[in-house]
Amino acid sequence: MTQKITSRPVGAVMVVGGGIAAIQASLDLADSGYYVYMVEKSSAIGGVMSQLDKTFPTNDCSMCILSPKLVEAGRHPNIKLITMAEVQDVQGAEGDLTVKVLQKARYVDLNKCIACGACAAKCPKRIPDEFNQGLGKRKAAYVKYPQAVPLKYGIDADNCIYFQKGKCKACQKFCPAGAVDYDQQDQELEINVGAVILAAGFKPYDPTPYPQYAYANFPNVVTALEFERILSASGPWMGHLVRPGDEAEPKKIAWLQCVGSRDLNHCDHPYCSSVCCMYAIKEAVIAREHSHTDLDAAIFFMDMRTYGKDFERTYVKAQEDGVRFIRSRIHSISELEGGSLRLEYVTEKGQAKSEDFDMVVLSQGLEMNPEVADLCRRLGVEQNQSRFAATDSFAPVATSRPGIYVCGALAGPKDIPLSVMEASAAACAASSGLAAGRGTLITEPEKVPQRDVRGETPRVGVFVCSCGINIAGVVDVKAVMDYAATLPNVVYVENNLFTCSQDTQDKMTEVIKEQGLNRMVVAACSPRTHEPLFQETLQAAGINKYLFDLANIRNQDSWVHADDPVAATEKAKDQVRMAVAKASLLEPLTEAKLSILPKAMVIGGGVSGMNAALNLAAQGYETHIVERDNAMGGNARMLRTTALGEDVQEYLTGLVAKVEAEPLITVHLGTVIKNVDGFVGNFKTTLVGDSGEELLEHGVALICTGAGEYKPAEYLYGQDPRVMTHLEIDQAVLGGELDLSEVNKAVFIQCVGSRDPERPYCSKVCCTHSVESALAIKEANPEAQVAIIYRDMRTYGDRERLYQQARSKGVIFVRYDPDTKPEVVTEGDSLLVKAQDPILGRTIVLEADLVGLATAIVSHKDEHLAQMFKIPLDQDGWFLEAHVKLRPVDFATDGVFMAGLAHYPKPLEEAVSQAQAAVSRAATVLSRTEMMLPGTVAWIDQRKCVGCGVCWTVCPFQAITQDENGLAVVNEALCKGCGTCVASCRSGAPNLRGFSNQDVLAQISVMLQG
Amino acid sequence: MSEENKFQPRIAAFFCNWCTYGGADLAGVSRLQYPPNFRVIRIPCTGRMSPKFIMQAFRQGADGVWVSGCHPGDCHYIAGNMFARRRFTILKNLLEYVGIEPNRLHFSWISSAEATKFQQTAIEVIESVRALGPASRMVKDIRRVA
Repeated sequence: MTQKITSRPVGAVMVVGGGIAAIQASLDLADSGYYVYMVEKSSAIGGVMSQLDKTFPTNDCSMCILSPKLVEAGRHPNIKLITMAEVQDVQGAEGDLTVKVLQKARYVDLNKCIACGACAAKCPKRIPDEFNQGLGKRKAAYVKYPQAVPLKYGIDADNCIYFQKGKCKACQKFCPAGAVDYDQQDQELEINVGAVILAAGFKPYDPTPYPQYAYANFPNVVTALEFERILSASGPWMGHLVRPGDEAEPKKIAWLQCVGSRDLNHCDHPYCSSVCCMYAIKEAVIAREHSHTDLDAAIFFMDMRTYGKDFERTYVKAQEDGVRFIRSRIHSISELEGGSLRLEYVTEKGQAKSEDFDMVVLSQGLEMNPEVADLCRRLGVEQNQSRFAATDSFAPVATSRPGIYVCGALAGPKDIPLSVMEASAAACAASSGLAAGRGTLITEPEKVPQRDVRGETPRVGVFVCSCGINIAGVVDVKAVMDYAATLPNVVYVENNLFTCSQDTQDKMTEVIKEQGLNRMVVAACSPRTHEPLFQETLQAAGINKYLFDLANIRNQDSWVHADDPVAATEKAKDQVRMAVAKASLLEPLTEAKLSILPKAMVIGGGVSGMNAALNLAAQGYETHIVERDNAMGGNARMLRTTALGEDVQEYLTGLVAKVEAEPLITVHLGTVIKNVDGFVGNFKTTLVGDSGEELLEHGVALICTGAGEYKPAEYLYGQDPRVMTHLEIDQAVLGGELDLSEVNKAVFIQCVGSRDPERPYCSKVCCTHSVESALAIKEANPEAQVAIIYRDMRTYGDRERLYQQARSKGVIFVRYDPDTKPEVVTEGDSLLVKAQDPILGRTIVLEADLVGLATAIVSHKDEHLAQMFKIPLDQDGWFLEAHVKLRPVDFATDGVFMAGLAHYPKPLEEAVSQAQAAVSRAATVLSRTEMMLPGTVAWIDQRKCVGCGVCWTVCPFQAITQDENGLAVVNEALCKGCGTCVASCRSGAPNLRGFSNQDVLAQISVMLQG
Repeated sequence: MSEENKFQPRIAAFFCNWCTYGGADLAGVSRLQYPPNFRVIRIPCTGRMSPKFIMQAFRQGADGVWVSGCHPGDCHYIAGNMFARRRFTILKNLLEYVGIEPNRLHFSWISSAEATKFQQTAIEVIESVRALGPASRMVKDIRRVA
């Protein structure tokens, strides 16, 4: 897979970019033993996802799901964030690359900035805010967005009055931390890494130069990304639905699809941007939710491409909820008096129409960022005809230059889950050549021996933070301190200007030791951001990190009661009293240590399973493939080519040979799974094969069980041999039973068994497959008449080019609606397909000597497997991932991952990248010899347990089981500490460490004693 | 009634760590102001909310209780918030039965990005409890008992 490396490879990887793909790749690598340099061009990571309001199809709040990842990347000891930086050049070979990086000056010292915002508040210069797409203003001293990581301000020298005119310096004068440094210089860095991952994302298509979109002239024509900012609660209008022209609430909005996509006539792009149909539906639905009136939302489209997991349901639901869908491409937009807009269009039946809207949203496509294209050229990374980084279907994250990998929208337009999947895949591919360098450059935090404080009277130390003036400006910090000193068990009180600063941390460690403190309370900001930091401090002083509580007197006090200092001070005292009451009761918790068996089991020997196994082996892990069939290859055995035209059978033969030659892989053919015991790191699986039962111990499991093909009971399938499914056609061609050059008349019928009430999902691959087959027939016999009867052509991404090619070669496309399905009949010897043509408005009859049915991909609905691994199946029978956006190959059950069709229908290249992604996620477990589990888990007081079973019924993680006496027992390896069992038990047998009944009741008891 | 003389209710607030506590933090970052009438206890999940906590707060003299967690489907622990909702509906009926006005007990779903919603809900909760006046029904006052 990778070239031979003579000396030991460098155990570090550079990830270029800061969006969700870059973050995921970095976290995977850093969690599996590699040091990561993350190079981001702007002042903070987060990428386009941080600008989105919601994410489809679940309408999760984008920032809410992103921000934990941002914090994790920002805090990770083995990720070095290099913001405001660009890669200049890469020299060397895979395993040992030298990267030149130019880091621009920020003019703010990252180590000193406390992100209080004083600089921005005092900065007199206001300029359009890029983060809000220019719809709002920011200052020249600014932070990219409120949740930015690193949460550090910067000075935009191009717009700064001091840099431009030599006077001002307001930010420096008012900075309480002395962080502003006008003398900072750009720096050139040279960084040595083993591999580079390009994850610099895309550029939203800019419709400004093109008069037909009228974007530049009419203020109420906005781009989709601008609309995201309008909808966002942190946007320029705080999430109120208004149009920019006059800030009035629109009552009628139109979305125009394919702006900058699927267009051959202008200087935009022939490819499909893959995500716009879904985001337009999402925006329309959310806008209707935000609207105070019954908003009229209309989407003008050519084909609705809702091909992903649960996308079709979202589309159907939007239709039911009143979003209008109009199949037409708008040809002109004109502005009416008052700022509203007139759209003129032609319906599918050819009628000219015009309709007025208050606002128009352009569903802009995705394109290659020209600066990133330059970078690709500099690095010698080839681009495809759409200018995205070129990859092939069997190595979907490798570029033309060994050692440089890609993921996310830089390698073609794609949505968040696919970007995250590719990010993990790129982490896997980039590290597979570096396995020998794993663990050589990472730092492990030093472990300080802990003092046993059990049995000691609580000695609580209270540290009250001023946070510059952020707290002290409102709350009387001295009064809080004096009050804290009077509280029971408090033996030490201190005030700090910045409790979180490194020097204070060092001092605190000394104080804890000197004063013999055994509990610590910090009154400062939020535990969500700072608890881990203070816990580390406590640990450094030799005290168990769970003997800590934080009183939030900034985010939830001084900042929100700024005009009532007296009440804010009282609240601070109350919160400190509650924290001390809780801390006094806290007990040291032990983190269970779990050993990890570095061995993997892959279930399924198709393309996903084999790729997973080979990548696991490349990472150095012993792997077992369990395949119930007697041969490997799965569905791919029936496929002719990929969308890029690569030969699947040739690839498959090579793949099987590689698996058979790999000494770390054992293949169990004709074998099924009977039982699974254990948990992450320590699974014990019973296999049943021809030779009887066998017990396999493994640390992780990868579910690659694939899916089946729907066998229809309509269109004369099974009655007339000329009617075949698309896999059967491929198989017949491969077997030599069908000669495409002898096909004179072929008709393909799409959505057979898909997008219907029984299977309300799109099978994703069939449109492309039929187009490929149609093209193959046309190539073998240019005279052949080929027709495709379809509902929406869903040739997403660069597959659109195949669709265009088919049209230009004379393949006829006839659309149908579900209530006017085509019919297949025989008349004498001839096979006829009758279809209702919506453009002609009448029935057409096509004669065929081959009818291809684009049949659905159906799930195996393997409930037995799902139960054994405690993983859920969704309503269509696909395995349900831990999170549809950000954990696409993980399960809520630790140590179990998935890839391929078991997740959802997908083309081969996505199955390969998903397999690599699953391996990357698995490597984050396998690369550790042991895992520490959080101490905040539930436990059962069996003296109170009656074995009623409520707790194990409600536990979302199946962490509670019955012991031999019928009583409940918690498996700490599975418990995530939600406490649902504690609140559900009638006997009060379960309790939650760290949030026990006593802890919470103690806080309630003292809450009102102030 | 002037601002100073208005009844100032005391409210116990229980926020789940992953959503509403984050929303409250973000309200701070955005400097969204609301009255200082509640004290916050952070819990891992609203699924952790034992009805006992609510009763204890009323017994200690709280005029209102506010529990807030993740939106349905967003729960960090899959479905803890749904268990909370179920328990809550029953408890609310019980409280009404023992003479605690339903408006003293509030439940909301606020995500970690909904700072404005947090601010608005905070104000609504405080105002609706304020309108009911002090709660003393469940306060065990030794002088009164004796």
